[in-house]
Amino acid sequence: MKMATQTYTIGTVQDFLLQIGRVVVAGNMELAVFRTSDGAIYALENRSPHPKGGPLAEGIVSGHFLYDPLYDWKIDLRTGEVQAPDQGSVVTYPVSLSGDIVTVSL
Amino acid sequence: MTAKRENLVLVGNGMAGIGTIEQILKLGGAYDITVFGSEPHPNYNRIMLSYVLEGSKTLNDIILNDWNWYEDNNITLHTGTTVTRIDEESKQVVADNGLSVPYDKVIIATGSNSFILPVPGSDKEGVVGFRDISDCDAMLAAAKQYSKAAVIGGGLLGLEAAKGLVNLGMDVTVVHLMEDLMERQLDRNASSMLQAELERQGVKFAMGKQTVELTGEQRVSGLRFSDDSTLAADFVVMAVGIKPNVTLAKESGISVKRGIVVDDYLQTSMQNVYSIGECAEHRGVCYGLVAPLFEQGMVLAKHLCGSETKPYEGSIVSTKLKISGVDVFSAGEFLDSPEHTVISSKDEWKRTYKKILLKNNVIVGAVLFGDVTESANLQKLVKQGAVMTDEIYTEVMGTGCCGGGAKKGASVETMADEEIVCGCNGVTKKAIVDAVTEHGFTTVDEIKACTGATRSCGGCKPVVEQILEFVLGDSFQQAAKQGICGCTTLSRDEIVAEITAKGLKTTKEVMNVLGWKQEEGCSKCRPAINYYLGMINPDTHQDEKESRFVNERMGANIQKDGTYTVIPRMYGGVTTPEDLKKIADVSLKYDVKVVKVTGGQRLDLIGVKKEDLPKVWEELDMPSGYGYAKSLRTVKTCVGSQFCRFGTQDSMGMGALMERKYERLDFPAKFKMAVNGCPRNCAESCTKDIGIVGNDGGWEVFIGGNGGIKPRIADAFCKVKTDEELIEVCSAVMQYYRETGNYLERTSEWVERMGLEQIQTVILNNEENRKELAARIDFALTQVTDPWKKILNDNSTRTALFEETRL
Ligand SMILES: Cc1cc2nc3c(=O)[nH]c(=O)nc-3n(C[C@H](O)[C@H](O)[C@H](O)COP(=O)(O)OP(=O)(O)OC[C@H]3O[C@@H](n4cnc5c(N)ncnc54)[C@H](O)[C@@H]3O)c2cc1C
Ligand code: SF4
Ligand code: FES
Repeated sequence: MKMATQTYTIGTVQDFLLQIGRVVVAGNMELAVFRTSDGAIYALENRSPHPKGGPLAEGIVSGHFLYDPLYDWKIDLRTGEVQAPDQGSVVTYPVSLSGDIVTVSL
Repeated sequence: MTAKRENLVLVGNGMAGIGTIEQILKLGGAYDITVFGSEPHPNYNRIMLSYVLEGSKTLNDIILNDWNWYEDNNITLHTGTTVTRIDEESKQVVADNGLSVPYDKVIIATGSNSFILPVPGSDKEGVVGFRDISDCDAMLAAAKQYSKAAVIGGGLLGLEAAKGLVNLGMDVTVVHLMEDLMERQLDRNASSMLQAELERQGVKFAMGKQTVELTGEQRVSGLRFSDDSTLAADFVVMAVGIKPNVTLAKESGISVKRGIVVDDYLQTSMQNVYSIGECAEHRGVCYGLVAPLFEQGMVLAKHLCGSETKPYEGSIVSTKLKISGVDVFSAGEFLDSPEHTVISSKDEWKRTYKKILLKNNVIVGAVLFGDVTESANLQKLVKQGAVMTDEIYTEVMGTGCCGGGAKKGASVETMADEEIVCGCNGVTKKAIVDAVTEHGFTTVDEIKACTGATRSCGGCKPVVEQILEFVLGDSFQQAAKQGICGCTTLSRDEIVAEITAKGLKTTKEVMNVLGWKQEEGCSKCRPAINYYLGMINPDTHQDEKESRFVNERMGANIQKDGTYTVIPRMYGGVTTPEDLKKIADVSLKYDVKVVKVTGGQRLDLIGVKKEDLPKVWEELDMPSGYGYAKSLRTVKTCVGSQFCRFGTQDSMGMGALMERKYERLDFPAKFKMAVNGCPRNCAESCTKDIGIVGNDGGWEVFIGGNGGIKPRIADAFCKVKTDEELIEVCSAVMQYYRETGNYLERTSEWVERMGLEQIQTVILNNEENRKELAARIDFALTQVTDPWKKILNDNSTRTALFEETRL
């Protein structure tokens, strides 16, 4: 069963500090949104793929990688893929920018 | 011209028996070999059945020796055939299908059977053990049809079965007789952390329950316990233990106690008949894990091939649970008693626990939970009966930051060639060394593909890495000249020197100019560089929030549920009724979960929501207590001369003064102090970074103490006469630490690395130097601001950092 995707406006570019994550809550879902130093914005489910879970939004961002704050797993913000030697992936959601307005499709 | 070879018959086609045969083949043993196995399969890795159940492996993946292997090695294999008797007189082995085979030597390796509780109903449909492929198949089938399972037994096997069934979508309750899970391998601390973790992963528990009956008609429908409570279940796995399979030995008149009795060369009471593995009892012990059986196999194989061998003298076992995300390990002795010295550390946020037991300073056991990177190392130390030293301590209890594990190779150097590194797959040190030297392998993955080491539970990986490093020597070092992290080969000192020499200003600049491999660094180097930059240029450096760990960025401690802890500053541990009232009001208003007194005499307001943080700070209107920062945390004080009848110095006054003076400044790591009014030392100076003790004529200063993860008693540094001297000395020590400490290095490590005398020389023997250090810290102190105030006055950061967007 696939649910229809919906597009939401989550703010303007200025709402997202460079390299510092921000939590966006949509219904019962929590997103971690990051703006990388090249200006791109990424949205991921705010849950570490580590078996013990934990938030992602508070991690350190380097390039388009995120280091999760609890277990230091390295995650590719573009694909959600966890980098070796660890394994796993995070769900990512497409983000688009029109002017300063940031939207995400869920 | 081949002479007639002797007949060797192996009864039991399992891990122990075939392991021994493999050794014999390697040693070129001159035997015609016949193998009997009750199961219809070739030899497989029984411990990986847990993975088959969990769904991450298939049966094919766990076959160790396929049909071809038997053929290639001229081994006659009878599967699906159970041996019923060994006839000593006619020297024949007799099987249930009438087959009889003459022997010169026999190895009995019949393993164990699942122990099925002798309670009414245990023969009902839907009740299985967890032992072999057919049990595994039964579980996979049941999960498709039924929904509620009970696993009786909270040991290794039971927990792996339970997790497997949860993964298959069943609602699973583990029923355990004791109050603690895996009580034979873990202590109470580790066991309760384990239970919490498994509950998080969806396993339910019924602890302290004795099953007295399985209810139901033909098929099981539930369990009844001794307290008359019940539990519904349409599928039951019994994992309460194993029973050595001694039927054959008994029938043949071989001496049996719990297991088949063997001597140090695995010889049974019958001439030419040996026994090995789970069915054997050696010096009163029956083992239920694989590592011992490989050790036994090695001795037996050599013995049968006429090579000289040391006798088998028993094994020290260790345990590792194969459930992803649940890392537990134990080796040797694990329950502490008065005769043990216990080293332990528990971290409830990261959910890790580490304990090492010493007896007369010899390492006799260890328990790890959550982080098992040191498991292989500890297992080895326990096995060797190593004496605890400072080096070992640092190695196994270390802070785990980068650059720490530089000289690890040494212990593998002394390891014997035959010593088993990978217990799961019986791989010796020599096999790994050969793989490296003969095939030129340089990675763990290559070694895994070639030897099988690390293929199962993975517990041996650290040792395999160490062997690799040891054998490759310089070329390995070359490949991995260790910088402060993987992004650079530069050391801390080199980086600091470059920053100063080239006048670098931001982490970005540092990484660009110094050729970082990853353009924007990583979570290890960015915070470190940010600190070094601030230390070098306190007035001009723009602190980078994005290069700070979450706690420092938020000005509060994140807790495991995502809420935060706020600690208002209370200088010297002294507060006022007005402040207490305010704290109480704010705590009530923002629904703080717990108000707790900290180890450093402050108040923790635990459980504040992220978006409430700024409001809480605003309404408290107190300075930040820095309970989260790599900075001066608290100055703990005793009552001192203001009130105490023993006090000779005003410890409260001096403590508050020091805390006001040094607060907010960044250090390489957190920094704690204490001030005492007299040598009774009620505020416990000996475990502080700087501890101060008042005496009749002045003060005594201690440095490098720590009560945390790496306990250390502080060293006596100097005595001073006046308050001014005291402050100057403390300033100089702090600044010297700020300037030479590695990021994340506590003073306890710093003092040991630099040497106490070196620090004394720099600060005590050179007045000019001391004054310069003190002046530099004073300058840096003019630049600090309170982070809470700062955020309150900066609306956009406040929103962006603390408020979540709700759609
Ligand atoms: C699910 C599971 C998970 C495990 N996990 C781990 C782990 O993580 N780490 C660890 O160290 N250990 C683990 N173990 C234990 C480990 O598998 C055993 O210690 C090991 O397999 C014992 O080897 P063995 O050769 O003595 O017995 P087995 O491997 O049981 O082999 C005995 C064989 O003999 C056959 N046999 C018995 N009687 C006769 C007869 N009369 N004639 C012919 N054949 C006969 C049996 O059918 C059986 O195939 C686990 C066990 C299980 C079941
Ligand atoms: S250290 Fe001395 S002055 Fe301070 S409380 Fe204890 S006894 Fe009193
Ligand atoms: S010890 Fe389990 S895989 Fe090596």
